[in-house]
Amino acid sequence: MTITLKSLTDERFVAPGRAGCAGCPAVMGAKMVTKVLGNNAMMVTSTGCMCVNYGYQGSTMFPYIHSLFPNAGAVISGIDAGLKAQGKREDVNLFAYCGDGGTVDIGIQALSGAVDRGHKFLYICYDNEGYMNTGGQRSGATPYKAKTTTTPVGDKQSGEPRALSHRKDMVKIMANHGIPYTATASVAYPVDFMKKVEKAISIDGPTYIHLHSPCLVGWGIAENMGVTVARAAVETCMFPLYEVENGIHYQITKNIKDKKPIAEYLKLQGRFKHLFSNEAGAEYMAEMQHDVDAGWDYLQKLASLG
Amino acid sequence: MSRQYITGCTAAAEAAKLAAVEVIAAYPITPQTHIVQTLSQDVYNGVLDAVFVPVESEHSAMSATVGASITGARAFTASSSQGLALMHEVLPYAAGLRLPIVMAIANRSVASPVTIFTDHQDSLPQRETGFMQFYAESCQDIFDLILLAYKVTENKDVLLPAMVCFDGFFLSHISEPVEIPEAEEVAAFVPRTKPQYPTMDLEHPRSFNAMAFPEHFEEFQRDKFVSMAKAASVFDEAAKEFQQRFGRLHSRIETFFCEDADWILIGLGSMMGTVRTCVEELRAKGEKVGMIAIKAYRPFPVQDVVDALKNCKGVGVMDRDVGYGTGGIVYQDVSRSLYHLDKKPHLSNYILGLGGRDVTKKTVYKCFEQVKTWKDAQASDGNDVFWPDENTKVWDTWGVGE
Ligand SMILES: Cc1ncc(C[n+]2csc(CCOP(=O)(O)OP(=O)(O)O)c2C)c(N)n1
Repeated sequence: MTITLKSLTDERFVAPGRAGCAGCPAVMGAKMVTKVLGNNAMMVTSTGCMCVNYGYQGSTMFPYIHSLFPNAGAVISGIDAGLKAQGKREDVNLFAYCGDGGTVDIGIQALSGAVDRGHKFLYICYDNEGYMNTGGQRSGATPYKAKTTTTPVGDKQSGEPRALSHRKDMVKIMANHGIPYTATASVAYPVDFMKKVEKAISIDGPTYIHLHSPCLVGWGIAENMGVTVARAAVETCMFPLYEVENGIHYQITKNIKDKKPIAEYLKLQGRFKHLFSNEAGAEYMAEMQHDVDAGWDYLQKLASLG
Repeated sequence: MSRQYITGCTAAAEAAKLAAVEVIAAYPITPQTHIVQTLSQDVYNGVLDAVFVPVESEHSAMSATVGASITGARAFTASSSQGLALMHEVLPYAAGLRLPIVMAIANRSVASPVTIFTDHQDSLPQRETGFMQFYAESCQDIFDLILLAYKVTENKDVLLPAMVCFDGFFLSHISEPVEIPEAEEVAAFVPRTKPQYPTMDLEHPRSFNAMAFPEHFEEFQRDKFVSMAKAASVFDEAAKEFQQRFGRLHSRIETFFCEDADWILIGLGSMMGTVRTCVEELRAKGEKVGMIAIKAYRPFPVQDVVDALKNCKGVGVMDRDVGYGTGGIVYQDVSRSLYHLDKKPHLSNYILGLGGRDVTKKTVYKCFEQVKTWKDAQASDGNDVFWPDENTKVWDTWGVGE
């Protein structure tokens, strides 16, 4: 893999003047992708912040379609099939860039079907851990105890209550489809992310990257803190960076030697503030720390299998 | 040209194959399944050079069909009943993107209670999605209408997707003789040309399904409304060419003994074949009756319906569907068409043939009897809707409606 920050082109593939929030990490993530895929890209986004970002004021300089909310996986299947049928598939870097709601919840069926059929495309889920475009409601990717507009902090109950405490592990769900390439990535590690994009797009089959991408508004963080928060997620192993080949070969791409306590990550965000105000919160955090430790151990074991 | 004894599903698959579709994305559902099965076999046997996408749902069937069509490929799908209902979200999307998609619908009612048998309660509720809708009366109609649908939908004055609907089992599973032209003859009628609509294309990058705000949104709808209206004359032109090439004439409405008729039944689908027979029999007895089979339901042939009905005394609208709290769906379109006439025929509505119930000659005769005696004045309390083939035994035992 050749990508370094210096080797990136200065060319822009998206017209300026879009409608994303200032400092939006998902917009930064999309920009990183376009720098790798260039003008040969075709992009699908499901309904969410990105369809406002690209389908409102500005636009991409390559073909773009906003699908509906649940069907990005199916629309991209059709594009792949249509291009193939006409002998035009070869040069196209076909990718989807969809929110976690459009991926882990309402769109999971269409995506699962699409990768099962073996279409050739790269699907990137920018994971801001909630339905942000509709005002920050919880999704299947919302972490335990996070405050959202449908899991508020109330007198009786506070934050995402999911009984099993883990959020849906979409990366393993996708890897376990047995697809050639699955990876996690973070907006705080652009080179790692772009290398993964470059690798994934070159594969003749379905590939999936789960991009951790804080939502400034939804998570209660300042405009200039998106990357800092994303980095803390990796350093605490709340969101480890790794890749999986053919569903079985796990490799950690960012090794964490001295894992920071998760409180270092949680305290940066308004959505976890309620955990710091009482004893119950401390207990929940201990529970979460336990989960993160176990998850990280498990991942290391998987990676050690080679 | 060959004459084959085939089912409606085979006729539909045969038409798609001869139209040289490039992508088929579909999901099985009775009574449509044979269409996609046949097409997948054709692809696997190398008889049809297309990509078959065995999607995991009907929502995805239409979505993948959209994806294929927007790259410029000629795309086809088929569905029925629950499948069409599941697809609903994607239908206005396909129409709004102005994609020339053709979809075969083997009509089947919708649950609950569950049924696999025919009526039009799956496709008629989809009538305002921007899809054209054609209804077949015979297996030959199915074949012809699919070719005509491609011709019309790909016309740049139209560019709206189309459904070709035909009654489940009554047409989908029953064999009739169907004339099948040679592939070259079909190719000459619906040639593969460069797409007449914007596609996803690296040379000409475009954005699709962008946001439209109130100052623009309405004009997108207006544009489809105008194109849908234009589809009427485009269909007539296409039908003329079709007749020259293949010898059969298709009209948006088929009239039968309407010129001097006093009493006319109007409706759509396979039951109109039975009405035809009844009209012949009643005419033999000297009764001045006629019938209209609506072949193009969207765009609705308002003027043709008016012209055919304006001189008669009474019209019965046969609906193989029901609009709860109002009346049949077709009834609404027919009454809307006649409203502006100074001298209107009396109008009544028959809900019948639901969930596969046979529309027998007996039922049709009953409708004609009712039409003859009906006076609009009686409709003042909204009782112009009749159920001519009610099963009184069930009604009484179950206390239906109590
Ligand atoms: C079928 C359907 N249901 C609901 C919506 C409303 N809706 C639009 S975007 C959205 C949330 C999107 O969440 P996500 O995919 O996580 O993307 P984000 O907004 O976070 O970018 C919802 C619920 C819709 N457009 N379509």
